[in-house]
Amino acid sequence: MDPISAKQLRQELRAWLESNWDPNASLIEWRTKLTESGWGMPTWPSQWFGKDLPQALNPIVEEEFARINAVTVARTGIRLLAAATILEHGNDDQKSRYLPRILTGEDTWCQLFSEPGSGSDLAGAITRADFDGTHWIVNGQKVWTTSAHHADHGLLLARTNWDAPKHDGLSYFVIDMHQPGVSVHPLKQMNGHASFNQVFFTDAVVAPENQVDRIGNGWKVAMTTLMHERRSADALRTVHRDHDLTGRIYDEERDETATVMEPYKWYPQRAGRVDLVFERASETGKIDDVVVRQAIAELMIKARTAEWTARRARAAQQQGRPQGPEGSLGKLAASHVARQASKVHTMISGSDSMLEGEDGPLAGLIAEILVSVPATSIAGGTDEIQRNIIAERVLGMPKEPRMDTGPFRDVMKNPGPAA
Amino acid sequence: MQFTFNEEQDQLRATAQKFLADKSPTVEVRRIMATTEGYDPAVWTQLSSELGFTATHIPEAYGGLGLSYAELGIVFEEMGRSLLCAPFFATSLAATAVMNVATESEKSDLLPNIATGNRIATFAVFETAGKWGSDSIKLSAENNRLNGIKRYVLDGHIADLLIVVARTNDGNESDGIGFFLIDGNAPGLRRRLVNTVDATRKLSELEFVDVTARRLGGDGDQTAKLEDTLDLAAIALANEMVGGAQRLVDETVKYAVERIQFGRAIGSFQAIKHKCADMLLDVEMAKSAAYYAAAAAASHDPELPALASLAKASASEAFTRIAAECIQIHGGIGFTWDNDTHLWFKRAKSSEVFFGDPTYHKEQLINRWQH
Repeated sequence: MDPISAKQLRQELRAWLESNWDPNASLIEWRTKLTESGWGMPTWPSQWFGKDLPQALNPIVEEEFARINAVTVARTGIRLLAAATILEHGNDDQKSRYLPRILTGEDTWCQLFSEPGSGSDLAGAITRADFDGTHWIVNGQKVWTTSAHHADHGLLLARTNWDAPKHDGLSYFVIDMHQPGVSVHPLKQMNGHASFNQVFFTDAVVAPENQVDRIGNGWKVAMTTLMHERRSADALRTVHRDHDLTGRIYDEERDETATVMEPYKWYPQRAGRVDLVFERASETGKIDDVVVRQAIAELMIKARTAEWTARRARAAQQQGRPQGPEGSLGKLAASHVARQASKVHTMISGSDSMLEGEDGPLAGLIAEILVSVPATSIAGGTDEIQRNIIAERVLGMPKEPRMDTGPFRDVMKNPGPAA
Repeated sequence: MQFTFNEEQDQLRATAQKFLADKSPTVEVRRIMATTEGYDPAVWTQLSSELGFTATHIPEAYGGLGLSYAELGIVFEEMGRSLLCAPFFATSLAATAVMNVATESEKSDLLPNIATGNRIATFAVFETAGKWGSDSIKLSAENNRLNGIKRYVLDGHIADLLIVVARTNDGNESDGIGFFLIDGNAPGLRRRLVNTVDATRKLSELEFVDVTARRLGGDGDQTAKLEDTLDLAAIALANEMVGGAQRLVDETVKYAVERIQFGRAIGSFQAIKHKCADMLLDVEMAKSAAYYAAAAAASHDPELPALASLAKASASEAFTRIAAECIQIHGGIGFTWDNDTHLWFKRAKSSEVFFGDPTYHKEQLINRWQH
């Protein structure tokens, strides 16, 4: 088949949307059409709900959907990470069972990787899966699990071999979250929100057909999930629809977005709210204080250069040029921006920095910044881990000598369920 | 706004890198910095009349290459990386000043000789320690006769042409700032090379006693032109600084990987690795600002004054931090005269306070964004 031209693609999709798009359809009804036709994920293989469309042509599809405000397949939360992982490592049965319901949004998913004893060192997981002859029996605890309380399925990384070296003893499963052996509890953070959960497994059951890829290959599969997490901001990507759009499908989409985005409502505060600084400095009169002005300037320098550094990385990527070191620095830069913003907000608010809720500046928003910023330099990889990655992968510096080689059973660990 | 370099720009960088690596290894830097002149005439001829670096941002109509400030930034970055000892900054800045203020005929008269490097030129503006703004100009120009003092003048002791900023005192309403041209050997001009921490940048003090000068660009207050020239100087300097800073990051990582203590490369210790990662972050952020400001100068962005201050403050802090960490990671050897790192450490120091220190530029940044 000849590759489709941009013009043909646009014509074909336009015609399809004209005869199928209906703002008064139900969300699931419409997304089922998208999934069956391949227009929901056109860059996926045509065999699996896609159209084999080259990635370079995808922007045209996005444009055409946006042009008429057509709703897309479900993309928020970690759905697409699950989908990408199953697409790459799942078998045919798993693909046909899970992928359509991910795209329609009927099923929600969660990612069960981090544990109380393994944060930065994810491969040190000690949640165990033991085969009892018919099923995998799971025991242990996961943490920092977004949306676990309403998830239907979980992507589980568990240890299946304690005699193999650390990375080789892990396996990857899809676990049914609706079962007696799985218990989900909210995890309250220092800023008062509970955006994540702790998930406890007590003899939870996974059927053998829900093992993804082969036993012992779990680390590699988990890397696929994490790679997609880093590559796309999908988890936080939401559609911003005009409020005046009417139709059943928009109402349903708004409800879905609200549910998915609920845990992230304090994320802007965690980044430091640089946007509020000038306004706050002006209304408090602190803009006239030379010391505060210096601190604001330092913040603005950090914020602008971080933004430009990210744009340099993107521009290099778009031109297909080799990405320079600027691509690995964004997360560390964001930590610096958030910390400086927190410092500046404190300088501006003075004693009012002690007050929260209705008593605090901006009805508690400033207080929320001050107690949320510490998350920035921890979540998604601590600054220290980022520095290791930059030093080793970008600057080519040697690794620390390892203490965790040999059978995992013998590696020093945090207290937890015994091997 | 452009966020990557194009092929021609990459080519320009490669040409400059190759030439400078060849002509300005540290052994040459050490030789030339010990001379009074502070440059090698043969290398100057090559980089100007042969390679055209002095012609980079001068329009083609005046014998230049007609490239933009983005390309000039690349050349400056490479000069900073190699620590080239030559009156390049002085001459390039004088060209910027002439391009900003002079009339067509003055440009036709002056720029071709600057573009070819036949004339070494400089820009004399500062007078007082810690004052970098147009309001600090006191040198008096009365009926085109200059009286007063200029300090921290780059290569002022060897310059053939000097563009001097003065306060006009002709009793007119248009009195204010004026740009004047004098010859290096003008009667009444006394030039003295001053002792500097950074011997790779030659600075001089100039004393003017009734020096007859030629006003450039006609009558009228040229304060705005001065401020624009200073902004462009800060951007050029910021680009030069990120080049030096990157060189130090490279040298530091190289040393940390080679140096063995406690039976392992010191670069395998997180204490060292993390410092190196922070140095890389510092230099890349400062580069983003320097590149952005240079591109803004090329496109006449109205935000330019704020961006110039941002780039200069960012580069100053990055370069001085990196230089200090570089010596720290080198340990004892880093504090010896024979080790090359102090050459860039001193360049970082001299650059930090040249054309405005970080405190000054941070205040300017807020001030400029407020208005």
